[in-house]
Amino acid sequence: MIDAASMGGDLPVVPPKDNYINRAYSIKSWLLTKDHKRIAILYLITITFFFFLGGAFAVMIRLELLTPASDLVQPETYNKFFTMHGVVMIFLFLIPSVPATLGNFLVPLMIGAKDLAFPKINLLSWYILVIGGIFILYAVVAGGVDTGWTFYTPYSSTYSNTYVMAAAIGVFITGFSSILTGLNFIVTIHTMRAPGMTWYRLPLFIWSHYATSLIMVLGTPVVAVTILLVGLERVFRVGIFDPAIGGDPILFQHLFWFYSHPAVYIMLLPGMGVISELITAFSRKNMFGYKFVAYASLGIAIYGFLVWGHHMFTSGQSIYGSLVFSFLTYFVAIPSAIKVFNWTATLYRGSISYDTPMLYALGFIGFFLIGGTTGLFLAAIGLDIHVHDTYFVVAHFHYIMVGGTVMAYLGGLHYWWPKLTGRMYPEGWARLSALIIFVGFNLTFFPQFVVGYMGMPRRYAAYPDDPVWQMLNVLSTAGASILGAGYLLPMVYLPWSMRYGKYAPSNPWGATGLEWQTTSPPPTENFEETPVVTWEPYEYRPREEKVVVNKILPTD
Amino acid sequence: MAEAVHTTMEHPASAHAALQHHFENMEQQREAGTLGMWIFLVTEIMFFGGMFMAYILYRSYNADAFAAASNRLNVTMGFINTIVLICSSLTMALAVYYSQVGKRKMIVVMLILTMMLGTTFLVVKAFEYYDKYEKSEIPGRLFPSRPFNWYAEEEHGKQVTQEPARDAATERNPQAVPTGQEQKPDASFASRAEMFFFIYFAMTGIHALHMVIGIGMLIVLTIMAWRDRFSPEYHSPVELGGLYWHFVDIVWIFLFPLLYLLGAHGISGGH
Amino acid sequence: MNSLFLLRNFPLFPDEGSTVARNVDGLFFFITAVSAFFSVLIVAVIIYFFIRYRRRSETEAPQPIEGSNKLEITWTVIPFGLVMIMFLGGAYVYFTMARPPRDTMDIYVVGKQWMWKIQHPEGNREINELHVPVNTSIRLTMTTEDVIHSFYIPDFRIKQDVVPGRYTTMWFKATKPGKYQLFCAEYCGTNHSGMIGTIYVMEPADYEAWLSGGAAEGSLASQGQKVFQDLACNTCHRSDAQGRGPVLDGLFGKPVQIQGGQTLVADESYLRESILNPRAKLVMGFEPIMPTFQGQVSEEQLLQLIAYIKSLGAPGEQQQQGSINTPQQSNQRPTSVPTSAAGANRGGAPNSNQANTGAANQTRTPARQGNREQ
Repeated sequence: MIDAASMGGDLPVVPPKDNYINRAYSIKSWLLTKDHKRIAILYLITITFFFFLGGAFAVMIRLELLTPASDLVQPETYNKFFTMHGVVMIFLFLIPSVPATLGNFLVPLMIGAKDLAFPKINLLSWYILVIGGIFILYAVVAGGVDTGWTFYTPYSSTYSNTYVMAAAIGVFITGFSSILTGLNFIVTIHTMRAPGMTWYRLPLFIWSHYATSLIMVLGTPVVAVTILLVGLERVFRVGIFDPAIGGDPILFQHLFWFYSHPAVYIMLLPGMGVISELITAFSRKNMFGYKFVAYASLGIAIYGFLVWGHHMFTSGQSIYGSLVFSFLTYFVAIPSAIKVFNWTATLYRGSISYDTPMLYALGFIGFFLIGGTTGLFLAAIGLDIHVHDTYFVVAHFHYIMVGGTVMAYLGGLHYWWPKLTGRMYPEGWARLSALIIFVGFNLTFFPQFVVGYMGMPRRYAAYPDDPVWQMLNVLSTAGASILGAGYLLPMVYLPWSMRYGKYAPSNPWGATGLEWQTTSPPPTENFEETPVVTWEPYEYRPREEKVVVNKILPTD
Repeated sequence: MAEAVHTTMEHPASAHAALQHHFENMEQQREAGTLGMWIFLVTEIMFFGGMFMAYILYRSYNADAFAAASNRLNVTMGFINTIVLICSSLTMALAVYYSQVGKRKMIVVMLILTMMLGTTFLVVKAFEYYDKYEKSEIPGRLFPSRPFNWYAEEEHGKQVTQEPARDAATERNPQAVPTGQEQKPDASFASRAEMFFFIYFAMTGIHALHMVIGIGMLIVLTIMAWRDRFSPEYHSPVELGGLYWHFVDIVWIFLFPLLYLLGAHGISGGH
Repeated sequence: MNSLFLLRNFPLFPDEGSTVARNVDGLFFFITAVSAFFSVLIVAVIIYFFIRYRRRSETEAPQPIEGSNKLEITWTVIPFGLVMIMFLGGAYVYFTMARPPRDTMDIYVVGKQWMWKIQHPEGNREINELHVPVNTSIRLTMTTEDVIHSFYIPDFRIKQDVVPGRYTTMWFKATKPGKYQLFCAEYCGTNHSGMIGTIYVMEPADYEAWLSGGAAEGSLASQGQKVFQDLACNTCHRSDAQGRGPVLDGLFGKPVQIQGGQTLVADESYLRESILNPRAKLVMGFEPIMPTFQGQVSEEQLLQLIAYIKSLGAPGEQQQQGSINTPQQSNQRPTSVPTSAAGANRGGAPNSNQANTGAANQTRTPARQGNREQ
């Protein structure tokens, strides 16, 4: 039975007297905090800023593409827009999005720890992200970068006259932020679980963050050294990737995608973890096939390292290399499919509520289905040759990144908003914005599949004057403006709710999970007493027998 | 870790002074620190791995230029440095040992010895770099460097500029080539040789940077040891420092044969 | 399947202009069908569950369900089987794209920020336009002077990156005369979106007429021969095996034994590397005396040289070159440098040259000093 009092049904809710937010108010208490929850808030503010910065570039891109000619801006400027859109969104928003905010906040709470294993390193990783962000901002303000977020050589190393160095240094630095975050998570999950919190009792959010952290730790250093080499090549003018003097530009692509393909899973896996939490909480069911979902996360992380070559089917790599990469790529499809099937099965005979986070979860599954199945098109080499570097690819990865990750991020943000702030968000506005985002997103990106298969290459400031192509691009731009409005709404009502929202009870959703056992917002030390876990994950039903037991030992 | 569960959030007064607030006990704290350092070292392996990858690939593309360029490195200095680092690993291991048994003076002595050996390494490295500077073998365009065309010069017995006496090793170049022909210096070869030096400087430079960071870390550890912070119960900083130091040594153990020895002194120019 | 064929004529679908386009589209429809079927199925199930199991009271607590290994195995194995079919389909289509037929017409492409420069074997040159005959297998050998580009013809469903410092190839066989769009698909700088062009697929007679309109400078091979002589390559690479360099006649497409004992095939990439970086893969038995020509020949001249070397092995020259060259009998060949190789390469696959298998393997007689013309 769900305890009605814990849901805030009858009793008036009062905010906890001592929590991590009201402990101290000075700016210094925030900037020098070692509390993972406060650092999560710092991250939240930072990446929200970068999200809207990257979004502003997206607006410019879509406006330019309203007409076939490059009339709004010069091609030069357009190239800078899409480059900075990519760089800002990927390195400063998507990669830190779920792990650095929700993950930072929730990993210790969910496993019953007082903090991450290395609080100072956690704060350091935020500062590193900010410093990297400043370098990238400098590149933006000083005049922009025009290499594309992929920094392909020899264009980036030899030919581009833009602020490649500043952007490259920024990317290099932000890499260390995610390395340190990943390291912190792995160590925390290994060594700081509360008594009774065995591996198979971990929430799936933790499993997916564990898998993500593995990728962060193993992949990020490789792109760091790759970007470093590009930077050195620009400074010293030595051709490590310049074919004119013996270098190999394809080596850059190998090294770059060795990280950047797994990086896709850095962005996606935490989102999948969020969805697992949402689906179980809003259907009040345990996860169907818990272990399969948990190991699917690890499987995706591991396979993710074996498939980078599928970005290079047209690069002239060997035929057999391409075959192997294509073959392995299809293996990634399996754990992804397992997750979707298990989420669906979890709904069976559940008690499904239509709260906003669940709407986001539903949207996530829909987008992920489209994004995932179009991945099947791209993995088939013969087909990829045609659609590679077209809008088909652009649509595909936006379905995964924006449709997947951002939906999960927003869903998670709403779900844990009461825990983060101690206030409820306005449900009606939130549902409305979820709906707007769903419609706007599809309208923006679905036409891009069509125009992509027709052959429109990506990164084109101007495209052939074909009425069908223009129609599809206009649809896409119209969708983008709806999508933009959908994203702006939470920017209004979420801050509003921090002041005017209803006080949140400690467990407004009636969810399991240790984070709901403490107050909203939690105290600095997370729990009044170290929790002892005696129940299985997502144990919604037999709660009468196995209530939360806080093992009490005599204090000395 | 489950045996001692504290109920309140404050540690009891009996807890070790070095126990951080968010750990339950020293054991947990030590475990976390060790695991963290190992994971950090894994990221370091991946970091160097990218460069090793580039090195191996280019070596296979440009075997001749790389072998000849490798010949220009001073094997004696490289060998001395290898010995120096192996010794420093030994002293570091001893420092860890003494910290486990709690001999404060010996920890300090061993840490200082390790630092001295590390500094020796860096000084020798600096001499090597200076030698490259003297011979104008710094890649890139920041320093005035001759084009890396000494290979072609040797073959054709021409001196383009006055350069210091050649290494004994390159004099042994076995290939006698018909003399007296008109031939331009081989630009293609030179740029490939330059590539070798670029990779050499990138890898040894980043390795040296790790050494510098390591020495900074040793200074902190020495001060801590001097102030008697360590005890058989709490010595994980020394252990973690040791792990890092050994890792940096091991990287050199790979760098030395790859850069200085591999294929260099036999096959050079062997056609 | 009827509806699918209708879709092919729908304006939202690109033309099928080449032989592979049909295969690619077939694969596309197959994957679309499978994906759509499962996506619709899953979405339908989810929506059904959403309605059927909506929360009816706040205190509802549904029965937990642990999972089912049978189901897990089912939805692992079935998708796996399906994606393996997709993999095989993709691989099959890819093989037809990646392996040109034996009998191709060779055209050379040089990319440059921001234009495509094209050379026909007959010597015709074009920029951002490519004229080809219909129903003929065209093989493009491509490189670039600066950054990476990508040669993309959507209606032919083919794309190939053009990488500096090496040759990449692609081939196609256009099925319908007409105009087709050419794009650069790999971002290459400021005017990337201006690096576009047109493919003109013509009836063979029209194509011949078009060909005869250009080519003031003679065939590509004869242009290459001129470069060959200008750079004095012929002082060492003599056809009588008396030179200091390997004999090039009949070399193309043949195995070559290089220093270290490896054997490789003398293809375009090998010839290119041997001109720019002669020491990299030295022919067995020769001294590393050839200087690099890096920076001295443009990409276009390189292609001309290669076209010339290819023409040296053309069937027309075959009879003069005599039998298989063994190291001992290498100096019995006529000394005349072939000059009439123009167009001889047309239609004749280099590989069809059977007689000269040993040509590249010959060991040079000791270099004779004093026979230099330089």
